[in-house]
Amino acid sequence: MNSSAVKHQNGGSSNSTAGGIHLPDRLFRIAAAGAAGLAVLLTIAFFVQLSVHSVPAFREFGIRFLWSTQWDTSSMQFGAACAIYGTLLTTAIALLIAVPTAFLTALFLVEIAPPGIARVLGCALDLLAAIPSVIYGMWGLFIFVPFMQEHVQPFLSDTLHLSVLPLFDGPVTGFGFLTAGIVLALMSLPFISAIMRDVFRMVPSVVKESAYGIGATTWEVARNVTMRYGMQGLLGAVFLGLGRAVGETMAVLFIIGNSETISASLYESGATIASVLANKFAEAEGLSKSSLFALGLILLCITFTIQIFAQLWLNRIRKNSGGGL
Amino acid sequence: MIPFLKKSILPAVLLCGCMAANAETINGAGASFPAPVYAAWTYTYNKVNPAKDHFNYQSVGSGAGVSQLKAGTVDFAGSDDPVKESDLQKYGLLQFPMLIGGIVPVVNLPGIKSGELKLDGPTLASIFLGEIKKWNDPAIAKLNPGLRLPNQRITVVRRSDGSGTTWIFTNYLCKVSEKWAKGPGNAKDVKWFRGTLGAKGNPGVANNVAKTRGSIGYVEYAYAREAGLSTIRLKNADGAFPRPSAETFAAAAAGADWKNAPNFRVELNNLKGADTWPITGVTYIVLRKDLNQKTAGKLFGYFNWCFSDGRKQASAMHYVPLPDEVVSLVRNSWKAIR
Repeated sequence: MNSSAVKHQNGGSSNSTAGGIHLPDRLFRIAAAGAAGLAVLLTIAFFVQLSVHSVPAFREFGIRFLWSTQWDTSSMQFGAACAIYGTLLTTAIALLIAVPTAFLTALFLVEIAPPGIARVLGCALDLLAAIPSVIYGMWGLFIFVPFMQEHVQPFLSDTLHLSVLPLFDGPVTGFGFLTAGIVLALMSLPFISAIMRDVFRMVPSVVKESAYGIGATTWEVARNVTMRYGMQGLLGAVFLGLGRAVGETMAVLFIIGNSETISASLYESGATIASVLANKFAEAEGLSKSSLFALGLILLCITFTIQIFAQLWLNRIRKNSGGGL
Repeated sequence: MIPFLKKSILPAVLLCGCMAANAETINGAGASFPAPVYAAWTYTYNKVNPAKDHFNYQSVGSGAGVSQLKAGTVDFAGSDDPVKESDLQKYGLLQFPMLIGGIVPVVNLPGIKSGELKLDGPTLASIFLGEIKKWNDPAIAKLNPGLRLPNQRITVVRRSDGSGTTWIFTNYLCKVSEKWAKGPGNAKDVKWFRGTLGAKGNPGVANNVAKTRGSIGYVEYAYAREAGLSTIRLKNADGAFPRPSAETFAAAAAGADWKNAPNFRVELNNLKGADTWPITGVTYIVLRKDLNQKTAGKLFGYFNWCFSDGRKQASAMHYVPLPDEVVSLVRNSWKAIR
């Protein structure tokens, strides 16, 4: 951009500097570059800071910190395995529930619902995404946990006799992996659904109409045309939901039961990386603090990997489908 | 725009600056166990002395409070477990007691009223070790003849965050159970048996006990009262079964040897006396000895107010103010700074 163009845009105001780039414009450029640079700088700073602080933990426990199941402050033995296990398990439960539900929701909004209803439901979905996580946590603790304890868990274990499986055999308290996973599913549902909705909208109507023209039903069009056409976009949506579920803290903290254990039972209380960090940080010192930093580093690496995969994936679809999304 | 700034905002900023120079803000941070009282105290003190400095207390946990004090970001810290002698020396800290409070086991047992269930130390330890799994276990039944105990699984609720409350509770369990002392031990955060339910903060434990049938947890007494939870009667060193109350906590405070305890490091758990509640803890205030004279004066003015006018407020919240002779010992200890 040259100075005359800038002058023209400003209506030739009197603040211009003599020659070179206009001062407000130069300030604007510096501010914009600074703001953008801040993101990179912060990311690097986070990595460096977490790495530096977790050095004592890795020096003490070595690489077995990653698979040691100990978390004992009184004997100063720490390992990340329980927290990693809890994080992965709750995320898996969340995706198992959220992905099909989000898929059906998006399909309904785009293919089945009349435009008026689709608009109202779409707004409701966006509002669901705007609810702060601590509200989900409070709702989970006060309403959903008792509901799980009194209705869902007895139904699964006794009525359906699923307690023969180790998965559904455990203390019926309402807290634990399963409850946390379900609440996480509700939290990531609107994010996954919103992207899936966009993916479905990208499918050219010509393609769909020709399928309908040869006599395909709604489900057949959805399965053989829409889903196949947008497969990569759908996977991108799943990755974003994954990113949300992995790092969630407050909601999980309230309902997971907070004990550092690895158990096959979904009813057992557990812990995630984020919940351990939120629980232990205030009173930690020395080696226990360093171990928490190491946990934070692991979490950052996990979310980073997920984000990179999601971005790469979405970029690929953007290229393949020529814009949109 | 700029002239407008000069005319209106600049004087306002200057004015704020002047006010801040007259009355400064004094910050404290630390233990959550006494935080309800500290919050009430700072509120009342700021209200009755509007001209004086503004006092602030953040309930961030004992460890965090003390590390902020060492770093110099706060003026005083609250701590539930006495700071180590070596740390007091190394960082030049002064420590004195402020309040006494009781930790009470709370239960959720439909059909059994508050104060009906009796337990003793070893049984309580066995429950928290996961050895006693059901409420109708013979060990519990033996202590409660005539009480209909349900055939229900016991769910142990405990703190998930590091906490002074856990420190006091596990300190008691160490005193009454050798197995506990050799196992989980005495710390702000210990390794619990598998299957316990962890909750954050006193309110979290109180809530989870209220929500979970057949559960037992431990909270600071004020939180048990506030949540309307059932408390138990716990066998003390004299073999009596007192109920938790301000009187039985005060009896524990009266039984300690404050005079000969270095830096007021006393333990009030499992002390002798027929009316003594066995799980009682002291919460401390920690200061830096290199305080400047002005701030020190303001702090001691405030703490003096806490020890005199603040007593009633603390009692109303079911905490126990220090006995008079201990308060005079504390005032003596302040000479280290003055």
